[in-house]
Amino acid sequence: MALLEICDLDVHYGAIHALKGVTLSVEAGQIVTLIGGNGAGKTTTLRAISGLLTPSAGQITFDGKRIDGRPPHELVRLGLAHAPEGRGVFANLTVDENLDLGAYTRKDAAGVAADRDKVLRLFPRLRERLLQPAGTLSGGEQQMLAIGRALLARPRLLLLDEPSLGLAPQVVRTIFDIIREINAAGTTILLVEQNAHMALRVAHMGYVLEVGRIVMADRASVLAASDDVRKAYLGGH
Amino acid sequence: MTKLLQTLFDGLAVGSLYALIALGYTMVYGILQFINFAHSDVFMTGAWVAYVVAATAGWAALGGDAPPLYAGLFTLFASMLFCAILGFGIERLAYRPLRKAPRLNVLITAIGISLFLENIGQRPELFGTQPQKMPQLLPDTTLFTIADVNFRVVDLTVIAVALVLMAVLQWLVFHTRLGRAMRAVSHNFSVASLMGINVDAVISFTFVVGSAMAAAAGFLYVMKYPGALKQPADSTWILLGLKCFVAAVIGGIGNVRGAMLGGVLIGLMEMFGAAYLSPHMRDIYVFSLLIIVLLVRPAGLLGRATVEKV
Ligand SMILES: Nc1ncnc2c1ncn2[C@@H]1O[C@H](COP(=O)(O)OP(=O)(O)OP(=O)(O)O)[C@@H](O)[C@H]1O
Ligand SMILES: [Mg+2]
Repeated sequence: MALLEICDLDVHYGAIHALKGVTLSVEAGQIVTLIGGNGAGKTTTLRAISGLLTPSAGQITFDGKRIDGRPPHELVRLGLAHAPEGRGVFANLTVDENLDLGAYTRKDAAGVAADRDKVLRLFPRLRERLLQPAGTLSGGEQQMLAIGRALLARPRLLLLDEPSLGLAPQVVRTIFDIIREINAAGTTILLVEQNAHMALRVAHMGYVLEVGRIVMADRASVLAASDDVRKAYLGGH
Repeated sequence: MTKLLQTLFDGLAVGSLYALIALGYTMVYGILQFINFAHSDVFMTGAWVAYVVAATAGWAALGGDAPPLYAGLFTLFASMLFCAILGFGIERLAYRPLRKAPRLNVLITAIGISLFLENIGQRPELFGTQPQKMPQLLPDTTLFTIADVNFRVVDLTVIAVALVLMAVLQWLVFHTRLGRAMRAVSHNFSVASLMGINVDAVISFTFVVGSAMAAAAGFLYVMKYPGALKQPADSTWILLGLKCFVAAVIGGIGNVRGAMLGGVLIGLMEMFGAAYLSPHMRDIYVFSLLIIVLLVRPAGLLGRATVEKV
């Protein structure tokens, strides 16, 4: 059984039917990417998984347990971490405090200290800015903080919502390298991206979402080679 | 010189009392972005519970035998405990069901709770409709006199208790895990919940703390003005609450240190105005200060002009 299984998921925002029978699964140890245009429902899918939204139908199973409808703070304890769209760093708190909040549910001080060190080695920029309010970081640095903070929960499944959004190509490459590294170290990742090109390069599996429905699901390399995907999401080359 | 120092001291005493109440407004605003109109009634309840406890215990009214020393502490804690539970209940029963409702609905509910507390408070089995005299739990004496300035026991107690409580709050908010969670929640509910923070619990806790502080202020208030404890629906309470809300706004609503600063400032403003201009226009000084501060710094003294959250 896969680490995460989503079955026939429906999500409504009032009268808006944002997800229509989404089914997908994420195998432990993999990077799975969810791509699709604006408003396809990628963010909605992640928000439903992490408990920020309650689905109107369907089920979500994490590690064999039903999790749909459960509040986010409980899911963090089960091993889910979600770095939300737009980063969501706590602007008025310092970088240091943001990182501490990432480890909010953990009791193993030694483990946290070690992970913190790892995160700061992954993102040396953050180390220099520990005492600075997170709101004063650049966009790229905030993204690093959001990822680092999510890692401090020591998640089994990491949900990343457009980590490359608004970043310079150089930084995008760094972020994707780090995503690979995190995965190599054992964390399963569900990656939502507009940058389908990069996402399909790092991912094992890919899903294509179009207006609330999964329209394609395959190995990432297959998707990257598919004409439909190339036309729609890879700029046709 | 004596007058100046005396006024300064009096202003600090009143101001620290205001600060305690202002903290409740500001903490709730910081997290839920609404003005908890029922807060002044929690303060009123705190004062009345202090009265009921002291009167029931039979501690002497003005002029009787001096009550035991622990009487004051016991009354303070009883009142804080009662109001902490009251605050918890108000949030749980009245505000939480409206968590996703428009802000205006919550605001109107707060006004409703305020009216409810004022009116239920007047029930004969609770506080009744008559003003009362508070038992004198603290000696009505001057502890010491420096340069002809009288440092009354009551005022020193007010300042000391307020300082201790504010120091504890400051430590709680800025130096503990729970405080960090509170600040995270006040920034963004959903991201805070993604950190594993139980947002509802943090909000409950905020109400508990804010209400306990208001109760402490209520207790200190009746210690300071034991002569006439006004009936629950008296406009004194609303006006006091309003002033403390003004203090929170002056300091920068949502900002804990701002509320402390704002409280002390309006206390000083009021006392200096009363001493040097006219004692009949106290409230005018306070609201003038509000207008001036808002003209110069619309976000309050310590408030940051923030962009609307997205
Ligand atoms: N809070 C909301 N209220 C109403 N409709 C919403 C809300 N959030 C999203 N939607 C709608 O749901 C649909 C899916 O939105 P979602 O944010 O999941 O898209 P997305 O795939 O993440 O897009 P993008 O790539 O632009 O981030 C859109 O049509 C959007 O307008
Ligand atoms: Mg999105």
